[in-house]
Amino acid sequence: MTTDTLISVRGLTKKFDGMATHALNGVSADIHKGEVVFVIGPSGSGKSTFLRCLNLLEEPTSGTILFEGADITDKKTDINLHRRKMGMVFQQFNLFPHMSIMKNLTIAPMKLLKLSREEAEQTARELLARVGLSDRADAYPNQLSGGQKQRIAIVRALCMKPDVMLFDEPTSALDPEMVGEVLTVMRELAEENMTMVVVTHEMAFAKEVATRVIFMDNGSIVEENTPKELFENPQSDRLKSFLAKII
Amino acid sequence: MADWIENFQNRFYLNFIKDDRWQYITRGLWTTIQITVFAVLLGIAIGFLVAVIRSTHDKTGKMVIPNFICRVYLTVIRGTPVVVQLLIIYFGIFASVNIGKMIVAVIAFGINSGAYVAEIVRSGIMSIDKGQFEAGRSLGFNYVQTMVHIIMPQAFKNVLPALGNELIVLLKETSVSGYIAMEDLTKGGDIIRSRTYDAMMPLLAVALIYLVIVMLLEFAVGKLERRLRNSDH
Repeated sequence: MTTDTLISVRGLTKKFDGMATHALNGVSADIHKGEVVFVIGPSGSGKSTFLRCLNLLEEPTSGTILFEGADITDKKTDINLHRRKMGMVFQQFNLFPHMSIMKNLTIAPMKLLKLSREEAEQTARELLARVGLSDRADAYPNQLSGGQKQRIAIVRALCMKPDVMLFDEPTSALDPEMVGEVLTVMRELAEENMTMVVVTHEMAFAKEVATRVIFMDNGSIVEENTPKELFENPQSDRLKSFLAKII
Repeated sequence: MADWIENFQNRFYLNFIKDDRWQYITRGLWTTIQITVFAVLLGIAIGFLVAVIRSTHDKTGKMVIPNFICRVYLTVIRGTPVVVQLLIIYFGIFASVNIGKMIVAVIAFGINSGAYVAEIVRSGIMSIDKGQFEAGRSLGFNYVQTMVHIIMPQAFKNVLPALGNELIVLLKETSVSGYIAMEDLTKGGDIIRSRTYDAMMPLLAVALIYLVIVMLLEFAVGKLERRLRNSDH
């Protein structure tokens, strides 16, 4: 493990109760600081499960995950402390509907990082301005469009000052005309060298933003490479047929 | 018409004014309110505790034994009449203990109401999308913090109408307190009936008072509901 390795996954397996096959079959991967790793693959390939295992929203059946050197799969590790540094963005946004946008953004920094209200709101305002939603601080989630909700969800994760951002199909639940605004925010994050792991079906975006692309199928990593190589020069038959279908 | 009015006046005097009989009603009302308020508080405390244990078990598979105890509690309490529970607690469990009837009544009605509150609150917790839970956990909140800050406020809002209904039911159920010789509102009216041999006047008065309290409760719950709903449009 080199010093700039942020997440190191070894032999990760996941079997859901009542399922005959494994969702993950011994996946190993390293995520380095500043990398923008895109995970692609057909539905049911295990890419979302892989991502959700990284912050233990899914508990792996076996394998280890080192995050900043700490084994978070060890039962003795307090996962809550590590999750603070792993921002997560969901397909369904999952904003808290009973709180204003400002409260959505400040509750975790105030309760967990013990920031004062002023500090937390200051950070929130700066980030809101960056995603162009300064005027919505007092709105409630249900008053926002899908694209706005997802931008807020990204800001909510960023307010914890995470070391890595995990995106679980962040644009899949959006109307097509709202995809762009969310991708713009993600592109800016990538340009600021935020470490990102992104599960997505947006191939063009992956090609443009990723530093590395992982192709998964049947719970295993089939191929990983730079986006240029992976998309233009696929090695395995499975990747070739996958790309043929989607492009 | 004049006869009727005079008759009414006489009966009113006989049932409420003479010998200060109205005090049976006011004292009874005060007793009913006390039982209801404390039983509601106890019921909510028990109900939330049981609901959290049950839904924690449903979500995580942990707390097997507490969950089992809760299920026995729910089955027994919901499977037997409240009057029988009241009598068992008064004449059975506390038979040899010198304890106030008020406390017995609060315990009995509180334990009874807790079972219904528990299932109402649990349904509220279960109605919250699991993405809310995951969002809370992904930010670094632990299980309890996620429940307190994110799940419970939403669950509470969803079940407020059902909780209001349970409050109304509980208020009316305390009318069986007379079984352990408590002089609640119902018993107060009944005592007047036994003195004046006039059933309609005192019992209608009692019914009217219950009705007014229930209407006030409905109004208050409705107002709270609207206020909570305003916050998320």
